[in-house]
Amino acid sequence: MKLSLGKWLLPVYSGLALLFLMIPIGYTFVYSFNDSLKSNITWRGFTFDKWLNVCNVQNGAVCQAFGNSLFIGAVATVVATTLGTMIAIAIVRYRFKFRSQTSLLLFLPMATPEVVLGAGLAAQFLSLGVPKDMLTIILAHTMFCISFVVVTVKARVASLDPALEEAGRDLYGSAWQVFARITFPLLLPGILAAALLSFALSFDDFIITNFNSGAVTTFPKYIYISAARGIPAEANVLASAVFILALVVVVTVQVSGAAKARRLAKLT
Amino acid sequence: MAFAAFSTATAPSTDSVARRRSPVALFLLLPGILYLVLFFLTPLVSLLLTSFQTPREFGDIGQYDYAFRWQNYTEVITTYWPHIVRSFSYALAATFFALVISYPLAYFIGVTARKWPLLQSLMLVLVIAPFFISFLLRTLAWKQLFSDESFVVQSLKALSLLGPEAHVTGTAFSVIFGLTYNFIPFMTLPLYTTLERLDVRYLEAGNDLYASPFQVFRKVTIPLSMPGIVAGTLLTFIPAAGDYINASRDFLGGTGTQMMGNVIEANFLVLQNYPSAAALSIILMTVILVIVSIYVKRSGTEELL
Repeated sequence: MKLSLGKWLLPVYSGLALLFLMIPIGYTFVYSFNDSLKSNITWRGFTFDKWLNVCNVQNGAVCQAFGNSLFIGAVATVVATTLGTMIAIAIVRYRFKFRSQTSLLLFLPMATPEVVLGAGLAAQFLSLGVPKDMLTIILAHTMFCISFVVVTVKARVASLDPALEEAGRDLYGSAWQVFARITFPLLLPGILAAALLSFALSFDDFIITNFNSGAVTTFPKYIYISAARGIPAEANVLASAVFILALVVVVTVQVSGAAKARRLAKLT
Repeated sequence: MAFAAFSTATAPSTDSVARRRSPVALFLLLPGILYLVLFFLTPLVSLLLTSFQTPREFGDIGQYDYAFRWQNYTEVITTYWPHIVRSFSYALAATFFALVISYPLAYFIGVTARKWPLLQSLMLVLVIAPFFISFLLRTLAWKQLFSDESFVVQSLKALSLLGPEAHVTGTAFSVIFGLTYNFIPFMTLPLYTTLERLDVRYLEAGNDLYASPFQVFRKVTIPLSMPGIVAGTLLTFIPAAGDYINASRDFLGGTGTQMMGNVIEANFLVLQNYPSAAALSIILMTVILVIVSIYVKRSGTEELL
């Protein structure tokens, strides 16, 4: 009896812990179907209305904020992924001076509380007289994404066999050809993972954005501002849609990764 | 947020690969490094300079001149010491609870579930699932679930587990609860990455040598998972100490639960008292860096950095 209890304790606990993690997600999803008025606090009945007319509320303020977040996330992701990938390749493949200082510079943004990053940038923009708008948000987001890109891509570069590139050079490939035909395609999964991470970080960032956004509203900032007077169900709709999309992407990647591993296992 | 950073931190080192010295390295490094210098390092310097600023004579609100007014620091410490203490104690409590909740979960996913790879990857997806939905909406969901009219609070009151006049939101409990909830994935992922690599033969050896399950856990499992524990606690503690969403009055906090982040935000964005906000930020960052470096040294996991 005692043994079977011990055996079941951990799985049951783990299931409950995961269930606990899901509670607010489920709540947000369920309340996206609430036939609510201005604020979405009490349950007033089931409706698909909010899903069908997402942008109709408050002259589309929610969708405007959502669009801003998508745009900022896309630009910051492209810039951060480019700069971060270049650094990652340099760190793994080349020798250079100030290596430990470079590592520290890359580590520190991840170990600094967001409120300090946000206030620091805001203080700098203030003293330079730079007005806060979309550009300052993008500059801020790119900054905190770079380090995460570097660590993600670095792992991929490290697992890359340098012999493959040497073979390319031996076959008279130019430096550019070797990069474009060999290095880049092999690094692509790592680069894509880094880009997804950057986008997710940028899209959900509130603290740093709040300090550097001026009058521009992003999706998290919209939620923060509306929190005091109640958030329309349309915000739940957009958040749930993003959630489902991200879940589909992750599950597809997982499943295709598992299928690929199985094919490789069959080959060897 | 830095889970990716730490989960790959213990990846096989690549020092065996011959690194070349080439001008290409400079070309690859310079743009990114320059970017971080311009938008990470110099902002910290301007934060430091701002923290010593003095109000402009006959100036408007929000106008300051560069000076060396170190009294800004003594002023914010005397005014806001309860917030400073609260930030670090809430962050410490949330880190502790997140560790206690996450460890068994990470152990199950990383060790017990090894036999079932599909279950393992499904559970991992569920651990990171909260990242896919807005952090603010998740926190607001807890606020609604803990509101005075909610089913949870009404039932607790009906069972007399909660006084009729008691509230859940706006208390230290709800802020620590929110912080714990929000950082569980950050704790679980690095724990999982180290536990996943744990060689169970060590545990079997412990059993064979007549160690009790508890002794095996304390003397073998815990030391072997130390890198994950350090990474997870840092990933929870650092952002939790600077967080101001959970403690905000519109979310899970109240007037008596404001943390340093709330004060920095209010001083910077509302009161336009930039020097105070900057001084508090510098204090927050310094304390965190000191705690982190002592902690990492003590636990012997310097290679994480």
